[in-house]
Amino acid sequence: MKSAVPILQVEGLRTEFRNKRNGWFPVVDKVNFHLSAGETLAIVGESGCGKSMLAHSLMQLLPSRISRLAGGIIRLGDHDLAKLSDTEMRQVRGKEISMVFQEPMTSLNPLMKVGRQIEESILEHDHCSAKEARKRSIELLDMVGIPEPMARADQYPFQLSGGMRQRIVIAIALACRPKVLIADEPTTALDVTIQAQVLELIDRLKSEIDMGVILITHDLGVVAEWAQRVMVMYAGRKVEEAEVETFFSGPSHPYSQALLSSVPRPDALIGEAKMSQLTEIPGTVPPMDQLGPGCAFAHRCSRRTEGCLAVIPPLLTLPSGTSVACIHAEEFAHDRH
Amino acid sequence: MLFTNAKYVLNRILHGIPIILAIVVVNFFLIRLAPGDAAQVLAGESGAATAEYMDQIRKQFGLDQPLWIQFLNYMKNLLVFDLGYSFRHGRTIASLIIERLGATAILMGASMVLSIGLGVILGAIAAVRDRTFLSHVIVILAIVTYATPLFWVGLMLIIVFALNLGWFPTSGYETIGATLTSFDHMLDVLHHLVLPAISLSFFYMALYTRLMRASMLETLGQDYIKTARAKGLSGSRIVMAHALRNAIIPVLTMAGVQVSAMLGGSVIIESVFGWPGLGLLAYEALFSRDLNLLLGIFFLSSILVVVTNAVVDVIYTLVDPRIRLNGGRHE
Repeated sequence: MKSAVPILQVEGLRTEFRNKRNGWFPVVDKVNFHLSAGETLAIVGESGCGKSMLAHSLMQLLPSRISRLAGGIIRLGDHDLAKLSDTEMRQVRGKEISMVFQEPMTSLNPLMKVGRQIEESILEHDHCSAKEARKRSIELLDMVGIPEPMARADQYPFQLSGGMRQRIVIAIALACRPKVLIADEPTTALDVTIQAQVLELIDRLKSEIDMGVILITHDLGVVAEWAQRVMVMYAGRKVEEAEVETFFSGPSHPYSQALLSSVPRPDALIGEAKMSQLTEIPGTVPPMDQLGPGCAFAHRCSRRTEGCLAVIPPLLTLPSGTSVACIHAEEFAHDRH
Repeated sequence: MLFTNAKYVLNRILHGIPIILAIVVVNFFLIRLAPGDAAQVLAGESGAATAEYMDQIRKQFGLDQPLWIQFLNYMKNLLVFDLGYSFRHGRTIASLIIERLGATAILMGASMVLSIGLGVILGAIAAVRDRTFLSHVIVILAIVTYATPLFWVGLMLIIVFALNLGWFPTSGYETIGATLTSFDHMLDVLHHLVLPAISLSFFYMALYTRLMRASMLETLGQDYIKTARAKGLSGSRIVMAHALRNAIIPVLTMAGVQVSAMLGGSVIIESVFGWPGLGLLAYEALFSRDLNLLLGIFFLSSILVVVTNAVVDVIYTLVDPRIRLNGGRHE
């Protein structure tokens, strides 16, 4: 299922925001990862940890007045997206890399027929006839599992349910068969049965189109079921990246461990969370413009030592292949085995 | 669709009848609170008048009758669309109003097109170019125009463009005494129309600019705009195809409400520019205590407001598919 050559390669990505008090400060920093065709990479973390910022940086959909891409490489096919001009980026956006958003109820233009909203993307990138675009948009509606696609194409978003609307948003994103699909919490706003359907749809289309999927979520159950690799973010940085099996059999970073033990697990899959009580992570993610030196998680970490507060921990690669940004990771791994 | 709309408008107008009648009743009594009557004005103009002469006039006009009899007579006539007779002009009210209606319709139509058109364009530009020099200029311009009285704008335009530059005539509807072909006559009227139409639209343009800017800023922050950007659409396409139509809805609402206010504004502008429309007629009628004529104009205005509101509702459904004429709104 995995192909050897990554389609998307991100190195040293840094995104900065500006506020009046502190000037420019990073919201995403030193993020490296890669994605292969047919693979799903889950990005997890609490609210405010930088997941969405990372997604918006890849798409370059950040508000230009108060934010900027401050460094790094985003290699997609032959392009480095970080170096493209606005016009060049427009030609990539929606064609080579697409995004599905969190809120299906508000992600569609209420005054435009849904078929038209799909055609628009096709016409923009593939310069075909209106008739051809129409034909393809109906095929797409069929592909995302919308019954009576001909009739539905002429309906307005208000005439469709939330799950249907998210399928439309997915159809828009896939209109030009992108290499990479970013799904930013695509099921958070949907009820549970619909969630499973939408994720299953994304997974099926991933194989059909042979694209890579970046699945942003805070639902670890979703990660276990649909992703092959998982990347944990905290305060704008990657703190752990692992194969899904390795991750759920015992995450290496204290933050990942805390995340996992704060999720109820009726299936009691594997690892430390088994039979243990639900715990919460004390405190909240620190504001990005107020990070001190040292590990950003240190003040919430139960295993903090003096050393944690001195320097930002570098990413280490463990024998299991997991990379983790914790100076104690090796001891913890040792303790466990 | 067309049939439903026609049926809806008819229905709305029928429902508007009690409203119009109520307006007529209130106007009838309110207007008589003003001191003086037509007899006094006529007597005053003739220079010297005896009490007998005034009594004679009152008797002739029916002003000697008790108020409620006058009222019943008026309502009785109104039911057969007889608006009465203007003793001042020596003609029926209906013929007077019909003669003047055209000029007012041209003035209001031009002002509405101008104010909504420019307001929407300027407001949209100010929002799209938010926090730039251009948007600051537009916002300041809108505030200044919003605060400037209509008559002053009219007078200033006359001084600059009619008196100093001589580009446009100072007043009137057409060149008096000229015998023109129909096309030249139209151009002549348009030439006379420029200054009054600009004056009348100034305030409303400012109003719609501000409203459009606020609405457009809100629209540009919506999720579906981000979806459109994620499709790789160009900035202009996003504005034209996605933002503009969504942002224009509040402006439409306001424009519908403002039609009647604009009719009020046209009274001032028509006086300033000597534009022979209903506003000028109403102004003259007020000062000559030609109450029948005044009531006739009010009657027409109330009909205009009821019809406009119905038409605006229909326009809504054309812009926003979620709004349905039978009163529901989908979400």
